[in-house]
Amino acid sequence: MVQAGRRLVPLAVVLAVPFLSRGSSGRYQSLVDAGLVGLAVVVGAAEWIVTRWRVQAGVLRLETGLLRRRTTQLPLSRVQSIDLVRPGTARVLGLAEIRVRSGGSREGDVRLAYLAAERAEHLRDGLLNLVRGTGPAPSGAESHLARVSTGRLLACTPLRGAILWPTLAALAVLVWGRQLSLGGGGVAVATTILVVVGTGVARIVSSQFGFEVAHTRDGLLIRGGAVGTFTETLALHRVQALRMVEPLLWRPFGWAKLVADVAGGQRRGDEDRAASGRIRTLVPVAPRAEVLRVAESIVGPAARAAGTPPPSRARLKAPISYPLLRAGLPGDYAMSAVGRFRRLTTIVPLSKVQSVRWVQGPVQRRLGLATVHLDAAGGRRTGAALRDRSSDEARELLQRLPGLCAAARQSAPDVLAPVP
Amino acid sequence: MLTLRRGQVGAGAIALLVVGVGLSFTNLVLGAVLMVAALTVAGLGLSYVGRRFRSWGYLERVEDLLVRRGVMFERLSVVPYGRMQTVEVTAGPLERSLGLATVQLHTASAASDARIPGLDRSAAADLRDRLVGRGEATAEGL
Repeated sequence: MVQAGRRLVPLAVVLAVPFLSRGSSGRYQSLVDAGLVGLAVVVGAAEWIVTRWRVQAGVLRLETGLLRRRTTQLPLSRVQSIDLVRPGTARVLGLAEIRVRSGGSREGDVRLAYLAAERAEHLRDGLLNLVRGTGPAPSGAESHLARVSTGRLLACTPLRGAILWPTLAALAVLVWGRQLSLGGGGVAVATTILVVVGTGVARIVSSQFGFEVAHTRDGLLIRGGAVGTFTETLALHRVQALRMVEPLLWRPFGWAKLVADVAGGQRRGDEDRAASGRIRTLVPVAPRAEVLRVAESIVGPAARAAGTPPPSRARLKAPISYPLLRAGLPGDYAMSAVGRFRRLTTIVPLSKVQSVRWVQGPVQRRLGLATVHLDAAGGRRTGAALRDRSSDEARELLQRLPGLCAAARQSAPDVLAPVP
Repeated sequence: MLTLRRGQVGAGAIALLVVGVGLSFTNLVLGAVLMVAALTVAGLGLSYVGRRFRSWGYLERVEDLLVRRGVMFERLSVVPYGRMQTVEVTAGPLERSLGLATVQLHTASAASDARIPGLDRSAAADLRDRLVGRGEATAEGL
């Protein structure tokens, strides 16, 4: 199959619409507006004329640029995911963007913007088939896993620590500010905080609105968005680590969040910011059982492994977090639970472990404890931390794990868990 | 105190020594006490530096590299050769003047901690070549 075309809709149209729809006041204002729109149209049209893309011999090729020609070539074998993104304006116009992500840096990604929505969907399916190297997927091969209800989304967002504490502080200032004679400055600061927090809430709610996860033969299909929408496919073998997060204030309701760390390409040790961009939210908020079901579809029964607590003398070293500490090696996976107030459960496939580290601090040495880290591809905190295990257990882990990881690497199939 | 570097210990000791010498012109007892303190700090610092130096170690195994370091916080890293993304040899001005170099292994994880400082430059180059060779033989995808 050779797909080729220049049938991208000029970006200018999408850019220009907000200008046109804005009410303009005064003669000069409208002149300026017209000029801006004209400029956008000219630039967009030029860009549109010089942009071509094609798929040939297993390589996706995008040529663009008027003055500086830029050719991006992406072998389909290196494609990590193909996402469908529809920002608000594009959605109004019935357009969509296809984003083909490669393993490497952001610059290696190919963006086909914008296509008619229907055509974009066709093209996405076609590209997925090419990447997979098989025919079209049988229709209906999609099993629903989890869905975020609007009510729960609205209820859980204010319960995030980053939202709740600033709001409470700001409200406290507004209510008792006069008694404390903070004056107008306090009120201004409090109002600003409330506005910023409100914007944050709106952004979270709009991006996680209608969030839905389903299992397909290409991996997990993630959909969502209120104003702009997105459809992403996450191949299961790209998951480097799974993290289930249970914030303190969510725990009474039994809610949890599920996040996957996704492989980037080569990354140097100091590029933590790039790493943080390689995180996919799989379930923004759902009851624990539902989150576990999604996790199970990725790592199998290891998702439900409870792990064992560290020896009780670890209480002396970690008095607050001790009740939450767990670790275990269920099957070909490692699991760990850590946290003082919010519980963070991490599951790492042994086949994805990059390195094993054993660490023993002075207090741990006194108590005969040690921590074993299993590092997965990504940032400094990606991976499982088997905290405060007994020295003997830690030593045994350190001796066994490299061999277990090597064996898991050799036997790892492309897809970690079968479609249920 | 835990992460006190050689430089800080040295600077502290020298500062104490200078103040001690200065004071010894006016107040002999206080000056002497300060000088003794400075010598003690310098001694402790040197012994800590020595222990830090001796804590570094590495071992090339068949399938992976072991790197050990740390006095207060002891650390031992195991990095399989197949997981190496890059091997880096660096030599700062001080290291260069002493004919030394540092070999660092990078994996796809930013947390991997495999740095071997203070190698002879030729030994560092040899180690790098061996590591790269083993990495190629056992390279694996992500």
